[in-house]
Amino acid sequence: MAELTLVQALNRALRDALREDSRALVFGEDVGRLGGVFRVTDGLQEEFGEQRVFDTPLAESGIVGTAIGLALAGWRPVCEIQFDGFSYPALDQVITNLAKYRGRTRGRASMPVTIRIPSFGGIGGPEHHGESPETYYAHTAGLKVVAPSGAADGYALLRAAIADPDPVIFLEPKSRYWSKEEVAGSTGELGRARVSRQGSHATLIAWGAMAFRCLQAAEAAAEDGVELEVVDCRSLVPLDVETLAASVRKTGRAVVVHEAPLTAGFGAEISARLMETVFDDLKAPVQRVTGYDVPYPPAAVEDAYLPDLDRILTAVQKVLDHG
Amino acid sequence: MNVAVAALSAVQHRELYRLMALTRRVDQEAVALQRQGELTAFPPLTGQEAAQVGSAYALRPDDFVFPSYRELGVAIVRGVDLVEYLRAYRGDWNGGLYDIYAHNFGPIASSVGSHSLHAVGWAMGAALDGGGRAAIVYFGEGATSEGDVHEAMNFAGVFRAPVVFFVQNNQWAISVPVARQTAAPIHRKAEAYGFPGLRIDGNDVLEVQRVTAEALERARAGEGPTLIEALTYRVGAHSTADDPSRYRPAAEVEPWRAQDPLARLAAQLDDEAFTREVAAEVETQVAELRARLLAAPRADPEEMFEFVYAQPPAGLAAQREELRQWRS
Repeated sequence: MAELTLVQALNRALRDALREDSRALVFGEDVGRLGGVFRVTDGLQEEFGEQRVFDTPLAESGIVGTAIGLALAGWRPVCEIQFDGFSYPALDQVITNLAKYRGRTRGRASMPVTIRIPSFGGIGGPEHHGESPETYYAHTAGLKVVAPSGAADGYALLRAAIADPDPVIFLEPKSRYWSKEEVAGSTGELGRARVSRQGSHATLIAWGAMAFRCLQAAEAAAEDGVELEVVDCRSLVPLDVETLAASVRKTGRAVVVHEAPLTAGFGAEISARLMETVFDDLKAPVQRVTGYDVPYPPAAVEDAYLPDLDRILTAVQKVLDHG
Repeated sequence: MNVAVAALSAVQHRELYRLMALTRRVDQEAVALQRQGELTAFPPLTGQEAAQVGSAYALRPDDFVFPSYRELGVAIVRGVDLVEYLRAYRGDWNGGLYDIYAHNFGPIASSVGSHSLHAVGWAMGAALDGGGRAAIVYFGEGATSEGDVHEAMNFAGVFRAPVVFFVQNNQWAISVPVARQTAAPIHRKAEAYGFPGLRIDGNDVLEVQRVTAEALERARAGEGPTLIEALTYRVGAHSTADDPSRYRPAAEVEPWRAQDPLARLAAQLDDEAFTREVAAEVETQVAELRARLLAAPRADPEEMFEFVYAQPPAGLAAQREELRQWRS
C-alpha cells in the first residue's frame, strides 16, 4: 500500500471495512465531524454519511450498550472509547452483556462488535489518559483482546477484528500513533504472535508500544553482542502460546515487558504459561519488567514508571547471568 | 399522542382474560415447583398480569421485546415455549433456551436496567433499516435508579429511537420502597429526555393495551420514544428467596388485592361460565407444562463451553477436553 502512520493505517482499515460491508457502523464521542480526537476517523462521516458514522452522547456505557442492540439488529458496530481511563464506565456492559450475549442466546446472537480504545501511556497525557486496561478484558471469557504495535499490524488486525464474529477489544498504543511503517493492506489473523526480531540468547515478549521498545532494547543489546529475540504477542486473547513457547524453547530465557502494573498483570499469565509448557528448557526464571503497582503517574514522571531500555536490559542481564 | 389505534373487540377482551389467567396460574405453579426443589429460584409476578399481558398484546410480531427477569406474562403473549423459558429458573441455561429471534423476545435479563440500552440500540438499528418496527423494554421502578437507564433514555431521545420504556412501578425493589428510589414521579423523567411520559393504571389491562399500542405506533411512525409508568403492585415476594413480611405490613397489600387485574376484567366481562371454563383450561395447560418441564433433559456440564466464541480457541477446546476426561 504505502508508508503510513498508525493513525492513517487505522483510518484506512475503517474506511475499507465501511466500503466493503454495508452493515458496518462507526460511532463514539467526537468521531463524526471532528474525525476523532486522534483523527483516526478523519473523513469517514464525509464519505459514508451521518447514518453510518456518527457522534454519540458522552456516555461510554451507552456506546457499548447500544452497540449490543445494534448487533442484535444485524449491524456490525465499530465503536470508539476515547481513552483507556474512560473505558471503565462501559466495563459493566462489556463484562455483563457483550461478552455473554452469544452464550445467553445459545449462539443465536453474534456480537461482531469492535471496541477501539486509544490506550497505554507515554504521550504526556493528563490523569486517566495513560492506562493499560488489557487485563480486565483478558480475564473476561467471551472477549478477544488485541494490541498492535505499529501501522502494518494496526491495519491487518483492525480489519480482522471488524470481520470477527465475536467482540474484540482493540487497544491502540497512542505513543505509536504517529510512527510510520509500510502497510501491506491485507487482513490479518487474530491469535497469532509475531517474531519481530530473531535472536538466540533470550526472548523479549511484549505487545503494543512495549513491543517496539523491546526492539530498541534488542538493538542496543546487539551492540554488546547479545542477540535477543523479540516476540510481539499482538493478541492476548487468544494467546499464541505455541509461538511464545517455541521461541523460549530455543533461547531458554524470557523477559516479559508491559506498561500495566506488575500484580496480576498479563505478564503473570505469560510467565505461568511458559512454566507450564517449557519448564525443562528454561535456563532462568522468567523475569517481568512492568509498570509499578501504583496508579498511572502524572506526565512529568511517567518516564520513570514506564519500562525503559535500562530496566529491560537489566532484566536481560539477570536471566543471562542466572546459573 | 396523535395516532389512532383500533379498539379491541369482545373476542380480544376474552383472549386477554385467558392470557392473564394462564399467566397467573403458571406463576403459581412456578413458585410451587421451586418449593418442591424443581426450580432453583423464581420471581413471581402475581398482581402485574394486566401490565404485562396488556402491553405485550399491543406488540406486532416484528417488534422486539427486551424483558427483565419477571416478564413471564410477556413471554406467554409472545408465544415463547414455557419449558424453554422456565429452564432458565431450573438452572439449566442462563437467559433461557428459546430462540430469541423466533418470537423477537430477548434473553431473560437479570442485570437490572442494563438491557434498556440494548433495546435502544436495537431500535436505532431498526430505524436505520427503514423503520416501521419498535422495541419495548421492561423494567421496574428500582431500575430507574440505574445509570444505564438514564443513558438509554438519553440516547433514545437524541436519536429519536423507536422504543417504548415500559416501567412496571410495583412499589417495591425487594425491600426498598419507591420513595427511596426517586424523589420525582417516574413518568415525568421523560420530559428531561425530550419525549412523552405517561402514568397509567397498570392493573387495567384495556388501558395498558391502548396506551402501549399508541406509543408503539408513534415509535413505528418515526415519532420517537415514550415512557410508560404502569402503576401496579408486587403482591408476592421479590423472589422465592424473599420474605416480604420483614419489610412491609400485610395491611398494605389488601387494597391492591381489591384492584386485582383478573377480577377487574372478569367483572367487565360479567360471564361466570366463561371464567370457569378458562380456569379449567389453564389447569390442563399447566399440568401439561409441568410434565414437559420435568421430562426435559437436564443441562450437560460440557455445555458450559458452548457459545463462548463462534469458534473455540485452542486453549478453550483443551479445557473442554479436560472436563470430558474427568467425567468419563
